Amino acid sequence: MNFDDTPQEAEFRARARAWLDDNLPANWRDRTTTPPDIIALSRDWQASKADGGWACIGWPTEFDGQSATPMEEAIWAQEEGELGTLTSFPLMIGLGMSGPMLMVHGSDAQKKKYLPPMLRADKVWCQLFSEPGCGSDLAAVRTKAERDGDDWVVNGQKVWTSFAHFADHAILLARTDPNVPKHKGLSFFVVDMKAPGVEVRPIRQMSGDAEFNEVYLNDVRIPDADRVGEVGEGWRVAMTVLMHERSGVAGADQFGFDNLLGQMENLQMDGAPAVENQAVRARLADFYVRISGLENTNLRTLSALSRGEQPGSEASISKLVMVEQLVEQTSLALDVQGMAGIMTNEAEAPAGGVHQFGYLRDLCMRIAGGTDEILRNTLAERVLGLPPDLRIDKKAPFNELPVSGSTQD
Amino acid sequence: MDFDLSEDQLLLKDQARKFLEDQCTPAEVRRVFEGDESYHPDLWRSISEMGWLGAALPEEYGGVGMGYVELCVIAEELGRSLAPVPFSSTVYLAAEAILLAGSEDQKQKYLPQFAMGEIIGTLALAEGPGTVTAASIQTSFADGTLSGHKLPVPDGDVADIAVVAARDQNAPGDGTSLYIVHLNGTGIDRKVIETLDPGRSHARIDLNKAAAEPLGRPGEGPEILDQLFDRAAVLFSFEQLGGAQRALEMARDYAMERFAFGRPVGSFQAIKHKLADMYVATELARSNCFYGAWALSSESPELPVAAATARLGAIKANHLCSKENIQTHGGMGFTWEFDCHLYYRRAKLLALALGGEPEWQDRLIDRLRRQRPASQEAAQ
Repeated sequence: MNFDDTPQEAEFRARARAWLDDNLPANWRDRTTTPPDIIALSRDWQASKADGGWACIGWPTEFDGQSATPMEEAIWAQEEGELGTLTSFPLMIGLGMSGPMLMVHGSDAQKKKYLPPMLRADKVWCQLFSEPGCGSDLAAVRTKAERDGDDWVVNGQKVWTSFAHFADHAILLARTDPNVPKHKGLSFFVVDMKAPGVEVRPIRQMSGDAEFNEVYLNDVRIPDADRVGEVGEGWRVAMTVLMHERSGVAGADQFGFDNLLGQMENLQMDGAPAVENQAVRARLADFYVRISGLENTNLRTLSALSRGEQPGSEASISKLVMVEQLVEQTSLALDVQGMAGIMTNEAEAPAGGVHQFGYLRDLCMRIAGGTDEILRNTLAERVLGLPPDLRIDKKAPFNELPVSGSTQD
Repeated sequence: MDFDLSEDQLLLKDQARKFLEDQCTPAEVRRVFEGDESYHPDLWRSISEMGWLGAALPEEYGGVGMGYVELCVIAEELGRSLAPVPFSSTVYLAAEAILLAGSEDQKQKYLPQFAMGEIIGTLALAEGPGTVTAASIQTSFADGTLSGHKLPVPDGDVADIAVVAARDQNAPGDGTSLYIVHLNGTGIDRKVIETLDPGRSHARIDLNKAAAEPLGRPGEGPEILDQLFDRAAVLFSFEQLGGAQRALEMARDYAMERFAFGRPVGSFQAIKHKLADMYVATELARSNCFYGAWALSSESPELPVAAATARLGAIKANHLCSKENIQTHGGMGFTWEFDCHLYYRRAKLLALALGGEPEWQDRLIDRLRRQRPASQEAAQ
């Protein structure tokens, strides 16, 4: 049991550090004021890394990665720090999900066409999966793709699509046969987001911003060359995407515990620093123990990966715990601000209103990318071996399944 | 970086598990839990023959040349099996205290006896309810003897020696100092006390001018205890982890076999989600325990934070798992006959053995503040 670098890891870390010291943009924080700024920063930084050979180091060398091990990816993430964490988010659907999916399921032509611009962030990707009628029940998508000559004609509506407003491409799960059981009638496509018939409409979220969208697809034509995998094989391809969505390994301090502790030192309660209040201390201790557990669990997961083992569903722990942790941490940060904790104006609010903003935004992650409830089911079934739920929807033809608004017997 | 157990350590874990499955069956645990014996003599003898008592002791003091990670591996298996033996008192408390603060003579004298299972040791600190502080220690040292009382003392009725905290008026600081007391000597009265975990015996010890051998310098008690508690916290956290893991498995196994409404109760989401939460808590605890084991075995300056973190995570996981194991068993979980309550009782004992959650939360925050350069500035 050893938390120090091996000689090879130390050497890799030194190389990464050296390149970063020479290339990390000095004033990157100035470019993080608005979402469009962050997106531009992300694209520039990705291109910079691509030039230096440090983009997507986990990708195979045949696709311009370094075939880095999971441990090396973790070391890189640690060294890249906050800039890495911030800029990976807008590019995640491409680099983290679509790219790996194409490497497994894509044709040679598709890999050649899509992977290089994706790596450099010349092209950015979004995900057309969820619909108004289905989120957790992804296999119940209704957006249909009908064959017409060399093309497919797509009609339907997707929802919660982050980055749709600036994405160049999308990965799409659509129904190609409604007469068979739902998992068997799906196919997978790459969509040109600039194609005629693609309409993006922002959705206002509870914080007031509109960071995601509805995407209407009206007679959108997709060449059959952009179909990924066989007709009817769409679910298998989608599973590969979801597997990568759920298995992120944490990099630098994502919780800002040190900042939180600092805040508790500086804020006053009853004439003393908030950190001397017993109730605050108990909650802070609870947070630290959970965060520490998460960070150490990530390290154990990495060890397993490095030994060639597949940790699988254990990675769900990370998302389940991390998000809840952030929500409660933000809540505490507001609680110690007392009555002024409700103020949101940047100029007047404590800490520029950052916690107030977070409070109205953090909850989405309990729902996005696999809800807490689905993750608990997954852990119970795949890790603990408990029986699956009773299902009525696996064998019936898709077009016979009840939908929202139906009456129950 | 390698954050897991080595091949040899995994082998040891496997061996320990098989040994305890064979020698420490639920029936043997019940024998002590329900009977009059303070501990299981055959099991204790077998454990000492395995060399486990000297797992982390240096070879020059009778140790077997393993290390602290190995001791942690053993601790987890002991916790899993609820082994009714004075292992923690002897190894995590008495032996560690003497290793930390003993003179060369004291180490040469006592440690090999612990390693061979020839004597049982313990720590006598509390004197009734409430957190232990300098003010709460009334037992006093004068003329080479101790007078006062200690309550509760783990294995106090069977221990041969105890490391006792007492106040020496002439010592520097608040005067708290440590002493080794031979519990079979004169001026000592011991009485077994009832606790909520009859699987581990406890006693009240009354001292009336009992001969006392200083351990460490006068007034050095708080400093030694502080370090001792960090080390013991990591070791106890592995026992807690073993208990939590076993409780989770018992709940899962029961949920698979018990049917209701035409199917296994484990197929209902309320049970699945409950068990998923138990699993998450146990895994987080395991990770924090591992970090504590590393900090302990590498003498890392991070030990105080790592130890508090390991203990708090283990308390939480063991509490949740032992409690929800009962819940998952329905009415049967509430019976004397089923073993669920044995894990629940042990969980609370271990959660209090070094002081409870509130004390350790305080301890953790103090140490985290000390680590921050900014807080050092503010203090100036």
